[in-house]
Amino acid sequence: MTTIKAQMPGVFYRRPSPEADPYVEEGGTISEGQTIALIEVMKTFNEIKAEQGGTISKFLIADGDEVDIGQDIAELGSV
Amino acid sequence: MKRVLVANRGEIAVRVIRAAHAAGLEAVAVYSDVDAQSRWVRIADTAVHIGGSAVTKSYLNPDALLAAARGSGADAVHPGYGFLSERASFARAVAEAGLVFVGPPAGVIDTMGDKAAARRTAEQAGMPIVPGSGPVSDVDDAVAAAERVGYPVLVKAAAGGGGRGIRPVDSAAALAEVLPAAQAEARSAFGDDTVYLERALTPARHIEVQVLADEHGNVVHTFERDCSVQRRRQKLLEEAPAPGLEPSRRAAINDAAVRLAKQVGYRGAGTVEFLLTPSGEFFFIEMNTRIQVEHPISEAITGVDLVAEQLRIAAGRPLSFNQADISIDGAAVELRINAEDPDNGFAPSPGELTRFELPGGPGVRVDTGFVAGDRISPFYDSLIAKLICSGPDREAANVRARQALDEMHIEGVRSTISLHRKLIDNEELRAGPVHTGWLGS
Repeated sequence: MTTIKAQMPGVFYRRPSPEADPYVEEGGTISEGQTIALIEVMKTFNEIKAEQGGTISKFLIADGDEVDIGQDIAELGSV
Repeated sequence: MKRVLVANRGEIAVRVIRAAHAAGLEAVAVYSDVDAQSRWVRIADTAVHIGGSAVTKSYLNPDALLAAARGSGADAVHPGYGFLSERASFARAVAEAGLVFVGPPAGVIDTMGDKAAARRTAEQAGMPIVPGSGPVSDVDDAVAAAERVGYPVLVKAAAGGGGRGIRPVDSAAALAEVLPAAQAEARSAFGDDTVYLERALTPARHIEVQVLADEHGNVVHTFERDCSVQRRRQKLLEEAPAPGLEPSRRAAINDAAVRLAKQVGYRGAGTVEFLLTPSGEFFFIEMNTRIQVEHPISEAITGVDLVAEQLRIAAGRPLSFNQADISIDGAAVELRINAEDPDNGFAPSPGELTRFELPGGPGVRVDTGFVAGDRISPFYDSLIAKLICSGPDREAANVRARQALDEMHIEGVRSTISLHRKLIDNEELRAGPVHTGWLGS
């Protein structure tokens, strides 16, 4: 099982805006380069893109929680 | 008024607590989870925990702040800048709770906070406004409006502010592409998807006038600031007075700001922003209905304590001075020291301040919410400290700024100190005024 790691510290968001649907649901399939989450750092929103394709088996951080650099964001299974 | 709740964090919370104490008032601080050990919590008389670290759970949560005010026995609320400071519904809720809001009446925030409504009001007050449109609803509407306004245009969020929610566009095709994104962004950032168009006036200087108004009919200005040194519409360095401004032009701009404040029935401290073109024409852009980050440079050149005046006005007392009592004395410059890496695209750089040495001496003021060992959190803005340097003239202020920058040491996070050294040494900037696109060019 590989994981997707945070490239920067900040606040983790799974959706583009508070009312919007999540970028991807648990169990959803993603492709390389696809945006899967946002990390807000000092009022700047950064898109977190998948470095490889696969299936998001589980998110390891809740929407709106603080995340540290290098921390595991999600578990990625093969397609 | 005996006890003021300071509904903010960082340097402005420290600034307001100091002013409250100087006025003989008690100060109540608020803090989120990560701010529990902060400097403003320590210097306040009491402090109230208002929620989680994310801004929506604490500093942007009106219910938590109102509960903190009631629970602590505060009789007034100072909103600082940012956060809820320009949210009319918050000002209204504070007043309805029987507390004093340190700022203008909610109705005035409504009018000036809606940038499209503010333009109409300014026009009615006989102010020159940047050519622009009313609210535009869809692409067809926007393209038609842009034809009338003239390209290049800025797509601006009606509820925006602080330089955010603005997108430049130079053609109908670009406008069609940008509009839906601008509306979506305005909705998520400001809770309102209304956008309008404004002619992009370039090159132009950003000149803003500080005004103060009390409930006894006194409206004054404390002269202007030049905030043209910007990166992506974020101010980095501000000066007062505006360099090289002819006395007659200065008087015209300052008078226009006072006229607008009178027209809207303003109360408290506010800032009227203008663009000044190379030919000397000036146009109203917007009014900020709160204290501003860069207020200390106006204090430095006039001797007026703006936050003290805010508290006086809120308590129903008249301003402590008349227009004729003040004049421009010397010059001042403010440098915003941010936790950003100027060598890496200004990437945010949160972290612990492992070294934090501050400058001092005559004409050197540092406003900060932090001490060595504190963490600059990713949850909030990147401002570490404001360095305000003043002297008998602009050159003297700059010399002091250069010395202060050399004395200032920050480690643990990247900072904009190195950028400011380059700015202070820059010959074009030292020679005279620059326009808002100068740094980006």
